[in-house]
Amino acid sequence: MWKTARIGGLGALALILVLAPLGFPNAYFYDIAVKALFNAVVCIGLNLLIGYGGQISLGHAGFFALGAYGSAILTVTYKLPALPAMLLSALGVGVLAYLIGRPILRLKGHYLAMATLGIGIIIHIVLKTESGLTGGPDGMGVDPFSVMGFTMMGDRMWYWAAAALLVLAVWLSLNLIDSPVGRALRAVHGSEVGAEVVGVDTSSYKVMVFVVSAVFASLIGSLFAHKDGFITPDIGSFFRSVEFVVMVVLGGMASTFGSVVGAIILTLLPQVLTVVEDYEAMVFGGIMMGTMIFLPKGLLPSLVAGLRKRGGAAQ
Amino acid sequence: MSLLKVDGLSKEFGGVHAIEDLSFVINPGTIHSIIGPNGAGKTTLFNLITAVYTPSCGKILFDDKDIAGKKPYELAAMGMSRTFQNLQIFFNMPAIENVMVGHHLHLNRRFLPSLLRLPAVVRRDRECRDYCASLMEFVGLSRYVGADAASMPYGALKRLEIARALAAKPRLLLLDEPAAGLNATESREIDEVIKKVAQTGVTVVLVEHDMKMVMGISDAILAIDYGRKLAEGTPAEVRANPAVVSAYLGAHA
Repeated sequence: MWKTARIGGLGALALILVLAPLGFPNAYFYDIAVKALFNAVVCIGLNLLIGYGGQISLGHAGFFALGAYGSAILTVTYKLPALPAMLLSALGVGVLAYLIGRPILRLKGHYLAMATLGIGIIIHIVLKTESGLTGGPDGMGVDPFSVMGFTMMGDRMWYWAAAALLVLAVWLSLNLIDSPVGRALRAVHGSEVGAEVVGVDTSSYKVMVFVVSAVFASLIGSLFAHKDGFITPDIGSFFRSVEFVVMVVLGGMASTFGSVVGAIILTLLPQVLTVVEDYEAMVFGGIMMGTMIFLPKGLLPSLVAGLRKRGGAAQ
Repeated sequence: MSLLKVDGLSKEFGGVHAIEDLSFVINPGTIHSIIGPNGAGKTTLFNLITAVYTPSCGKILFDDKDIAGKKPYELAAMGMSRTFQNLQIFFNMPAIENVMVGHHLHLNRRFLPSLLRLPAVVRRDRECRDYCASLMEFVGLSRYVGADAASMPYGALKRLEIARALAAKPRLLLLDEPAAGLNATESREIDEVIKKVAQTGVTVVLVEHDMKMVMGISDAILAIDYGRKLAEGTPAEVRANPAVVSAYLGAHA
């Protein structure tokens, strides 16, 4: 059953992504859709950490921003091609996450939340103040993404790239979770000491998933920089970090497809309700509270459980 | 040769001696019970042996190797596995996967093959699932093979922990009060499971309050009180020991 759910889910996702543009009247919709898909990939990575690993990060926008600025600086200032720049940035972010993760992932609960919050804020401040490198609060321009003479132009092309990337990310995430590595990771969430005594090196798994989720964020940050063509330090602000967490929680922790749903809903929401734009932070806070109270498992898992119940009652 | 040797072991918690100068030996192929009144230090002793705690002083040799500085997961790799008095079940996972985590050390744990879902990983995982289902059957949980851990009753979870510990293929299995909270029937069933485990050649160390169980299945018993050794020997010897009787029933001097 698990196998059909897995392949069926991937197929359904691919189908939706292929059909969705039929409903896009203009290029602006593509632009929003790409943002939603990018957020979805970041959330898939973050969900591995939060939903499956049972850890928390309130600083993931920092890793996203480091990926973006890494690519920007390496391509604009150092004239590196886009792809190596993106991979180098991801490598750098991975190493940084490893170095930070080793000490701070010993912390639990609120303390871990505070530590990751601090990291996110430090990254944000560094990006703002190192104006020689980053252009400071004014931001910096980034060239379009091009690989071997082929340049990514226009929102349509980005949409298909982002869609393919999302399917890939979902596939990788599902693979990982349903493997010995993912099982150990979920066990760390269930009971650290229980996992430890049967041979799971719990601290390594926590650091591993922290690094993986940071690399996801970094890679998408790089692509975002090239796509938008202009970045400011605010892409790494605390509010952006909270946004990612709210997306994961709303969609459903420990649900890969849930993270996709959460990311898409919360990216589209401000577009649909333009009135809430000024109160965005309040609305996000309200959604977070509402989810915790009414749907602690998140949107998608609650929906699936509800459907199952109804199906069971019908039989 | 002894499988486990504890030598001059002490553990202090802020001046309180939970374990004080304790020495004993556990031989392979036996069922060895540790008894003592509440607060005698039994669970502390377990946590020391499995490296969950670090001793204040003294030595623990597993297989003639000093376990000082080892992490619990390293001990698991050396062949030591345990269950907990207060359950440490992965309630976020299906029952069978709880057991499969126990088999972690015997699977391909490399990151990339898992991420890419290589056929070899999938095949090995399927074998692991079958093996773990047979372990669940072995401990009498065949009806829970498809269940979520969160939906299982307490008595079944106790056995699930035993199955998980067995999946690690230990040579030394430590059971912390496997019968606590169980009724008489369940407790007798656990009895049978423990005997079956011992028959497969696994050395079992048991902390237990259920005297009937302890006397019935143990090859040797170690009685402790206030962290010190009270008596050691066969069940008959320990039962006849006046110090043990007074610790349990109060001194009638």
